[in-house]
Amino acid sequence: MADHAAAAHAHTPGLRHHFVDMDQQRESARLGMWLFLLTEIMFFGGLFTGYAIYRFSYPEAWRLASHHLDVALGAINTGVLILSSLTMALAVRSAATGKKQLLILFLIATLVFGLVFLGIKAKEYHDKFEHHLIPGTTFEAEGPWAHQEMLFYCFYFAMTGMHALHMIIGMVGLLILIRMSMNNKFSPEYHPHIELFGLYWHFVDIVWIFLFPLLYLIGRHAA
Amino acid sequence: MSTSNPSPNDRRQHYLNAAYGLRSWLLTVDHKRIALLYLGSITFFFFIGGSFAVMIRMNLLTPDGSFLQAETYNKFFTMHGLVMIFFFLIPSIPAVLGNFLIPMMVGAKDLAFPRLNLLSWYLYIIGGVMALSAAALGGVDTGWTFYTPYSSTYSNGNVVIMGVGAFVAGFSSILTGLNFIVTIHKMRCPGLTWFRLPLFVWAMYATSVIQILGTPVIAITLLLLAAERIFHVGIFDPRIGGDPVLFQHFFWFYSHPAVYIMILPAMGVISELVATFSRKRIFGYNLVAFSSVAIAMLSFLVWGHHLFVSGQSIYAGLVFSVLSFMVAIPSAIKVFNWTATFYRGSISYDTPMMYCFGFIGLFTMGGVTGLLLASLAVDVHLHDTYFVIAHFHYIMVGGAVMGYLGGMHFWWPKITGRMYPEIWARFAAVIIFVGFNLTFFPQFMLGYLGMPRRYHAYPAEFQVLNVMSTAGASILGLGYLIPMIYFIWSMRYGKPAPPNPWGATGLEWRTPSPPPTENFEEIPVVTEEAYDFEALARRDAAALRNEGELQNG
Amino acid sequence: MFQGIPIQPEQASSIARQVDYLYYFLSATAIFFSAVIFSSVFYFSVRYRRRVESEVPKPIHGSLPLELAWSIGPGIICMFIFAWASILYFRNANPPEGAMEVYVVGKQWMWKLQHPAGQREINELHVPAGRPVKLVMTSEDVVHSFFVPAFRVKKDVVPGMYTTVWFQADQPGQYHLFCTQYCGTNHSQMIGWVYVMQPRDYENWLSGGGGGNMASSGERLFQRLGCATCHVPGGGGRGPQLQGIYGKPVLFEDGTKAVADDAYIRESILNPAAKVVAGYKPVMPTFQGQVTEEQILQLIAYVKSLTKDQGNVVENPSEDKATPKMKAPPAGKKP
Repeated sequence: MADHAAAAHAHTPGLRHHFVDMDQQRESARLGMWLFLLTEIMFFGGLFTGYAIYRFSYPEAWRLASHHLDVALGAINTGVLILSSLTMALAVRSAATGKKQLLILFLIATLVFGLVFLGIKAKEYHDKFEHHLIPGTTFEAEGPWAHQEMLFYCFYFAMTGMHALHMIIGMVGLLILIRMSMNNKFSPEYHPHIELFGLYWHFVDIVWIFLFPLLYLIGRHAA
Repeated sequence: MSTSNPSPNDRRQHYLNAAYGLRSWLLTVDHKRIALLYLGSITFFFFIGGSFAVMIRMNLLTPDGSFLQAETYNKFFTMHGLVMIFFFLIPSIPAVLGNFLIPMMVGAKDLAFPRLNLLSWYLYIIGGVMALSAAALGGVDTGWTFYTPYSSTYSNGNVVIMGVGAFVAGFSSILTGLNFIVTIHKMRCPGLTWFRLPLFVWAMYATSVIQILGTPVIAITLLLLAAERIFHVGIFDPRIGGDPVLFQHFFWFYSHPAVYIMILPAMGVISELVATFSRKRIFGYNLVAFSSVAIAMLSFLVWGHHLFVSGQSIYAGLVFSVLSFMVAIPSAIKVFNWTATFYRGSISYDTPMMYCFGFIGLFTMGGVTGLLLASLAVDVHLHDTYFVIAHFHYIMVGGAVMGYLGGMHFWWPKITGRMYPEIWARFAAVIIFVGFNLTFFPQFMLGYLGMPRRYHAYPAEFQVLNVMSTAGASILGLGYLIPMIYFIWSMRYGKPAPPNPWGATGLEWRTPSPPPTENFEEIPVVTEEAYDFEALARRDAAALRNEGELQNG
Repeated sequence: MFQGIPIQPEQASSIARQVDYLYYFLSATAIFFSAVIFSSVFYFSVRYRRRVESEVPKPIHGSLPLELAWSIGPGIICMFIFAWASILYFRNANPPEGAMEVYVVGKQWMWKLQHPAGQREINELHVPAGRPVKLVMTSEDVVHSFFVPAFRVKKDVVPGMYTTVWFQADQPGQYHLFCTQYCGTNHSQMIGWVYVMQPRDYENWLSGGGGGNMASSGERLFQRLGCATCHVPGGGGRGPQLQGIYGKPVLFEDGTKAVADDAYIRESILNPAAKVVAGYKPVMPTFQGQVTEEQILQLIAYVKSLTKDQGNVVENPSEDKATPKMKAPPAGKKP
């Protein structure tokens, strides 16, 4: 029994010493990633709950404040992120079919889309700075809801900032994966890093899918 | 009950002598060595937190609080709470005993993610260093609860460093919980079904669920608090329409379940002790296992009982009150089932059992006084008084720490391969029990009389009870030093421990003490229920026969 | 100090007695369950102590009826306690009609109190015995909590909102007032005394001092801040008239309604456009930063005084003939 296990270990690259077989290792990694994403949901969940409570208290302020956001840029960014999710999914598929060149290509494409997203986000942040919409000393808003609009922008920056931070971490992950792919670390049988990173990337994408309507769109029709 | 008697000169390879040198410890991915890293660090933090407690009790000897400045006193009780909760209680049983035992109890070679496990320890250390530097750089005086707007705007302390320290330590807790869940799901050895698992594993599973669901919420809350403090504006700021009470909701959404992160593992330990030292299967195994899960679920629905006088809606108060009563029931079930397990058992009074008796007594008192705090009208009077302090110390110290010490004594032979001096250990257990009650029982009375918590000075009529409490604390402090001394002594001079000194049934007792690096010489196969002492006796008898035949042959 | 260890706080309000009965019941329940557990653990551990080193007792897997009994039994007791405690809490949540009002502002680290008749106090509160007193509280800085152990009442005092607490003291005497929500360095000094006086002594005390009643301070402020230029009596100004609005529903531009209570008036001063009265334009400037919490309370008292049938507003301490009439409505009367 022990010899058999040892033999199995010797013949399976990437099987770590404490797992019995590759299936166990793969399932463990997958469950671990899903649990991690669950913690991420709770993390963003705190922000979403706070947002919902204040939105309910100050609907008018939320409506007014969201008008200062650039829907066009937000929509473009949404499209960019969806595209990056597509390229990520294609990268996972290329890894599974063992097409190394395509894998690298799609990973780089994902990275580029991520950069575009962050670039546009940076532009938006810059605009907010120009228009004095950064909560704190430079905040300038008129009207009865000026204070509560500041509250909206606290949420705007906290939520999009946290999302951007996740994007940046994802880009670092992508760089590592691209390097590993170039060094032939993956095979059709063994590419858990790619697969699990894909889950993470889609999660970050989905967070934005919620952020975009909540921050940019809701309440606009009432203008 | 043991089947083999290793001689002291045994040169057998085990996880402790597998490698030497600092690097072999600081870069280890062996769950047993990581458990020992945690053991060292949480013991350090326990005595740091304890010395703050000593200062607090010294100050409260006199009504005018002349021992410390008010500001210093506030920093000390803040640090006491933060260190004890985030750096001792939350990691205590999970990170030390859980880390050491879960892989062995499920018959695996290691946790599912060994490197992640090491990362958890480093995160914990980074968080701890940040907390200590926050203390060294001038301290934090917000109370461990960080209530806004005091923490965000008015306090002069190092709130940001401290908050980020707790945030980082929280990640350690999340990753540990994640590791345990995956291990319990995916790495059980052949034959080990869910309902054959030791109840400690069930308790740790429930704990891990709370860790991964609750901790992210405190993480985002602390980040928002830090942002509010840095940028002088934020979502809890009443000046721009923010709601300070919302912070309290967020805070307790994690921090109430966190109470169960501390007590559930201790309940798991107690289940093991009750079974082993009465040699009986736990009465109503299934119900005890399910009650752990029920506690974990309900724990997320009761945070609002910390806000009965905060100005939250009275209807919310009603809902949280009834749910708080409901979470008491699974805990009561556990106590009743443990008691019933003793019936017709074979009860011995080894040291772990002494702590187990202590736990049942103190946890029961902590639990029934919780009923008073769950009752709306009575809580209005008792809220934020010493009654609350006494109640949660009965749970946290009387419950969690007693469970932790009981577990440490129980598994110490397995961890180190050495026995501790039994006489001293029983003596310490009694001292701790007496000291604890003398410290905290008077605080119930103080609370009912109306003495508010976090008071640096107090009206003179409360002095007698405070003096009693301080006297008890000095006994308690002494009691905690004794085990530390004889544990360290025993590592060198203790009697070598057999594989199964207590005649216990878990898989961890089927491997030598201390275990080899891979835990088992051969992956075990489980064919029996948990706590099957009859099967254990049959196996031992068979092994004895074999040995005899070998010698005769 | 020398007559031994105190075990019970003074009982000086109607609520205190009710809470104590429940407290006794709960303590008895707690002692009963602890005793059951302790004695059975003790008995079993002696009776079934290990006599032979190798003995292995017969396993018992459990007993569904027993386990159901000790799940459901305590459950029923818990629900009984819940119901009792909640009824009490509910009854104590709402002050009886006609309660005398005192305004409380907490700040680091003192209590500032003001009676409608104008008396200001710091860290002291004088109240008559046998009459319900309602405190309307807010904070200038951090969260505080107002606690009088002898009355068994407590409520957090939160910046940005009004909380209320009420009690009816029935024993003349001097009682501790504590801040129980940690509020910074001198949290333990944010204490004071509540003096419960015989109604006659209270009248004497009231007439003894004070710098004009709250409403008239509010009126002066109303003039000074220029409120009167728009809020003209009889209507016709740029703002709605304030006579007779207190406690009445107000209709807003967006069709919603709200009762003009303390919180509404406070909001209208600090954030006027939040709720615009139907028929008016959102032209009022905010007074945020220009008035303190205490001044807002004075303005509220003034607006309240403009509604004559608001019986509990003490217009003038010397002519307070209403007192005997309102004395001691039955505790717990529904408003």
